[in-house]
Amino acid sequence: MQFFFEVLIAGLLSGVMYALVALGFVLIFKASGVFNFAQGAMVFFAALTTVGLKEEFGLSLWLAIPITMVVMVLLGIATERIVLRPLVNQHDITLFMATIGLTFFLEGLAQLIWGSNVRRLDLGIQDVPIEFVMDKTGMLISQFDVIAAIICAILVAALAILFNKTKVGRALRAVADDHQAALSVGIPLQHVWAIVWAVAGFVALVAGLLWGSRNGVQFALTFVALKALPVLILGGFTSVPGAIVGGLIIGASEKLAEVYIGPYVGGGIEGWFPYVLALVFLLVRPEGLFGEKIIRRI
Amino acid sequence: MIYREAGQYKTTYDTDTQIFPIAQDRYAMLAILLIAFIVIPFVATPYIFSAILIPFLIFSLAALGLNILTGYAGQISLGTAAFMAVGAFASYNFMLRVPGMPILLAFILGGICAAMVGIAFGLPSLRIRGFYLAASTLATQFFVVWCLTKVPWFTNNSASGVITAQQIEILGFKFDSPQEKYLLVLGIVCVLALLAKNMVRSTVGRSWMAVRDMDVAAEVIGFRVMKTKLTAFAVSSFYCGIAGALFAYCYVGTVEPEAYNLDLSFRILFMVIIGGLGSILGSFFGAAFIVLLPIVLSMIVHVTGLPNSVTSNVELMVFGGLIIFFLIVEPHGLARLWQIGKEKLRLWPFPH
Repeated sequence: MQFFFEVLIAGLLSGVMYALVALGFVLIFKASGVFNFAQGAMVFFAALTTVGLKEEFGLSLWLAIPITMVVMVLLGIATERIVLRPLVNQHDITLFMATIGLTFFLEGLAQLIWGSNVRRLDLGIQDVPIEFVMDKTGMLISQFDVIAAIICAILVAALAILFNKTKVGRALRAVADDHQAALSVGIPLQHVWAIVWAVAGFVALVAGLLWGSRNGVQFALTFVALKALPVLILGGFTSVPGAIVGGLIIGASEKLAEVYIGPYVGGGIEGWFPYVLALVFLLVRPEGLFGEKIIRRI
Repeated sequence: MIYREAGQYKTTYDTDTQIFPIAQDRYAMLAILLIAFIVIPFVATPYIFSAILIPFLIFSLAALGLNILTGYAGQISLGTAAFMAVGAFASYNFMLRVPGMPILLAFILGGICAAMVGIAFGLPSLRIRGFYLAASTLATQFFVVWCLTKVPWFTNNSASGVITAQQIEILGFKFDSPQEKYLLVLGIVCVLALLAKNMVRSTVGRSWMAVRDMDVAAEVIGFRVMKTKLTAFAVSSFYCGIAGALFAYCYVGTVEPEAYNLDLSFRILFMVIIGGLGSILGSFFGAAFIVLLPIVLSMIVHVTGLPNSVTSNVELMVFGGLIIFFLIVEPHGLARLWQIGKEKLRLWPFPH
């Protein structure tokens, strides 16, 4: 039973990491209806830029992070300008493909500038079990995971405040609700989109730092986007809480399935199990757990 | 002046409903087929066959399959490569386990297996729409590839998972050289493309398009949405399955699960989008574009003499950039450009 809880908690904590990536998707989808496949590449780009600045230019981590943040914000704004603005009002799938194009571009750019070696990112957080918990209950829970979860919680709280309490947040919600209505009351649509992309870039940076210091900064980091997709469809594309809850469900069930079902079918089911799980949820609730209910009429 | 339909009168219903109603189109099509079947086999080099023409035709077929599903029936799928894998492995196993199995029948049976998998994974489309469906089709992609890797029966207990495809032999004639394989692929693609063209202009195709444009409305006027969506999945997967089998037998020569990864699915989706959603011709344009682009790019980049690590990344960037560029310039794909060109040609040399 203790082992069960250990797996469960490890799963929940890794679910938080998935949620972090999914959050970037949700922000952009909510505000502009774009399914941004490039979020994974943005995570990779951000992490690699931070490490690159640190290693190649000898900057300290605390200087490299703000510089990367600026780069990500500029990148977000440039994406809105160059890629999305000319494609306004196009078919959803066209926009989706454009973001896949952007994925290739960013992957190429990041590796062109910083090279394609695996780099280590050290945030100064040890990936060791917390002694206090180990002494009390005998469970091994990584300190790193807990800190990542706390950072994620702070980020979500900050986003919640941004969305609900500020003027920018009101504009964001208005745009998410109805583009044309928002435009007609004088909300500058394009500014809002630029802000959303910039915020998504920032979220990508946080995710990139945490994922990067966990697994090393390498090309495989772009695949975290694929981990985030089942989280998204489970939680609903338009819901921030959905991303968190979805992340927790996916993280926990994925780990439990790998440990308890995996051995019977040959292992390696982590790749598809989340998708099948999300699919089962979708059959009951086609818009995800917290997604907006789509009313279809003729 | 050359391309105009003035004076071509349609006096019977048959001429009114034929595939290419304009005489020039018919002649052009005939000329293209003649060139493809007779001239090219004599003039092309083995490199052109195996690096450009064969992959082009195979990817066209896969893109055609996906275009039926996405362009005509409006269901986005990111699992194309999985259906291709099913087709390839099913054909392989039919060839392996049934003595005296004719290879064309094995291809068709492979396609039918893919169609059945397509129906199974198409079932969620009855409830799930749009990007939710797209993301859940990734389940197909990962599950099928995982299944093929983990179950040794599919790969005939091969340790590496990489199997050499069997010899292609039809009625005692062996298809060995790239030239012969090209002709085989070309023949299959032509038959299937003709079938697809006829399907999309018949009742089936119209019901697909009705469901694509608005499934609620289609249901109200009496289309059976479930049947329509599932036939789209079945037909699309059948095409992809055959393309997958050809991919294994005529292009790479091996059957391995890893070849049918997510990247391949995306590539085929690119072909469909860049070629033009809802256009048979567009699938061919898109396939040509995506097959040729990396080759041309790598040639250009190699001329510059930069080190390898730089060129591969530059290629990736230019590829991504060009895709965005094409989407911005012509979001409806190359087929739309072709259509505009034809309109212009009709009026030429007059402005209106």
